[in-house]
Amino acid sequence: MKRTEKEIPNIVVNPQEKKRTLIDWLELWQYRDLFFFLVWRDIKTRYAQSVLGVGWAIIQPVFSMVVFTVVFGNIAKVNSEGVPYAIFSYTALVPWTFFSSSLSSASGSLITSRNLITKVYFPRLVIPIAPVLGKMVDFLISFLILLGLMVWFHAKPTIWALMIPVFILLMMLTSAGVGMWLTALSLQYRDIRYGADFFIQLLMYASPVIYAASSIPQKYQVLYALNPMVGVIEGFRAALLGTRPMPWDLLGVGTLMAIAFFISGALYFRSMERYFADVA
Amino acid sequence: MSKTAIKVENLSKRYRIGFEKQARDTLAEVITDWVTSPIRNFRRLKKLTQFDQENQEAEDILWALKDVSFEIYPGEVIGVIGKNGAGKSTLLKILSRITYPTHGIVELNGRVSSLLEVGTGFHQELTGRENVYLNGTILGMTRNEIDRKFDEIVEFSGISKFIDTPVKFYSSGMGVRLAFSVAAHLEPEILLIDEVLSVGDAAFQKKSLGKMEEVSKAGRTVLFVSHNMGAVRALCSRGLLLEGGILVLDDDVDKVINTYLSSKDVSTAGRLGWSAAEAPQDKELILFGIELVSETGEVKTTFQIDEGFEIRVHYEILEEVRNLRLYLRFKTTLGETVFATYEDSQIQQGFNRKPGHYTAICKIPPNILNNLTYRINIGFDSPGYKVLIPNREYLEVDIVDTSDGYRYDRDAFDGPIRPYVNWRVEESN
Repeated sequence: MKRTEKEIPNIVVNPQEKKRTLIDWLELWQYRDLFFFLVWRDIKTRYAQSVLGVGWAIIQPVFSMVVFTVVFGNIAKVNSEGVPYAIFSYTALVPWTFFSSSLSSASGSLITSRNLITKVYFPRLVIPIAPVLGKMVDFLISFLILLGLMVWFHAKPTIWALMIPVFILLMMLTSAGVGMWLTALSLQYRDIRYGADFFIQLLMYASPVIYAASSIPQKYQVLYALNPMVGVIEGFRAALLGTRPMPWDLLGVGTLMAIAFFISGALYFRSMERYFADVA
Repeated sequence: MSKTAIKVENLSKRYRIGFEKQARDTLAEVITDWVTSPIRNFRRLKKLTQFDQENQEAEDILWALKDVSFEIYPGEVIGVIGKNGAGKSTLLKILSRITYPTHGIVELNGRVSSLLEVGTGFHQELTGRENVYLNGTILGMTRNEIDRKFDEIVEFSGISKFIDTPVKFYSSGMGVRLAFSVAAHLEPEILLIDEVLSVGDAAFQKKSLGKMEEVSKAGRTVLFVSHNMGAVRALCSRGLLLEGGILVLDDDVDKVINTYLSSKDVSTAGRLGWSAAEAPQDKELILFGIELVSETGEVKTTFQIDEGFEIRVHYEILEEVRNLRLYLRFKTTLGETVFATYEDSQIQQGFNRKPGHYTAICKIPPNILNNLTYRINIGFDSPGYKVLIPNREYLEVDIVDTSDGYRYDRDAFDGPIRPYVNWRVEESN
């Protein structure tokens, strides 16, 4: 067994040292295999011993769409900006489901990986970030369904559909930022875990999932856009359904907020991670 | 000397333990308590990660390590010993970067892997194969490395037939064996081991110990935490003795082990005694005490290999017992029986001892045990009728060989016993 010649790493642990990098990308890259296997474990075990398996990734947004279409589209007659309510809401549900489910698993992730934290070293950032990557699989599946629905409902995507990858990145950035906050907080305050799901549910009403952003009065638009998912969802609709012009204002504010969430989340997470093993 | 592998300077670690809780009596108090509890809970939880500068010595603060400094050079195999709570595990946790020190600096030159507990991250729903990969990457291996060593890992674990079966269908022993064999195939420059040898059955433990020996001889830097003095002695050249978070001795492993054993409390001293209330007993019999006595009448726990000693068992018979039998078993620290012996004169001679105090003396001849630590198990029964005092481990005895000839070549004799045998060479045609 010959070991390949590697440069021997030098690690210094010094609690007095103030200067620390915000995110050690190099280290995260070195642990990419761990990322891969954790994400893969998450996906593989999530639907283990279930009849429908990955089908659950489709059921959640599709059934929500059906219920929303009946309740808000047919009964409450919410304005769906000229497209069938079903595709109007489903286009929003695809990014929203990603956001809510990745946050929900991030808030529980420290508790479920307690076993790992107290036994081995690895960059702790893996914990909130792995669920974000893991839920991408569900996202892609439900996105494929969205493409199918677009064909079915004769949706007219605009040229801005090319921007979708950017919206996806923004959505992931937001999830990771808020996820880091929730993960770090949930370790010390278990309330986060109980409260997160409920809070996320309420947050849905502060996002244009069941209604259009245009129903919010103009003077509140900036305030409304502080939720980065507003820009993402409206961006999806503008690009794929052409219901409205590109919401550059919402996206601008949302991007700034997402970056703020991400940096502050990373800072808080990094400042707390040294206590994880002691408090878990 | 060359660059250190591990350098630790003034390392301290502080924990906050427990929370005071006040009892409330009246309903009004209970209600105010309930209303204000979120605020109090918040303060309390916040404190988990904060320490007042003024209040350094508060009651709920525990210093798990205090001002520990040492240097370890590449290739050294170090045993870390100490009682429970001495800070051994905290030290390993800091070195493996699981937890962060409060003060002090740690410098590690090389990849570090820790085996603080085997099977970390094993997922019940995944197959053995999948868990090998998952666990391997968690322990710091790359996928390529696991690919290369996969067959070796599986073969070592001895469960190749079940490698594609979900781990939830494994017996606990199988899971542990697979987990250990992943861990045993790590190839870091610095390896931290905590008590992993206590897994699996005796045969597997032996295999594990062999693997550890192999690892430590392969020029890797190893820090080994264990209560198993035999294993520490066999594997390590240098020892660190921790007591209450303070490094009290850093020296040759034999010296450190001897200091540790002589400082240990009753159960590992040469004498063990109980008051009538606490003593192991049955309605017919009380076990009052056990002593290890040298040929010169000294009560102690460490004996030279060429020194005989006695095990004295003091007991009281309360009611006449038919066929009373005292049995005594010597076991290795790995739990294997070396030999068993009985005091069964009652059965042999067909009489019953009258109620009263007795001392049974078992003479262990010199030159029979090896240079190891043995655990002495004792029990009383009446064969075919009942167990009076169940067989249990009571004492440890340490056999040492400090004679010059063997001192530096102790590996030459392996096996649980080392009888002195006569050799004779005759010229034959």
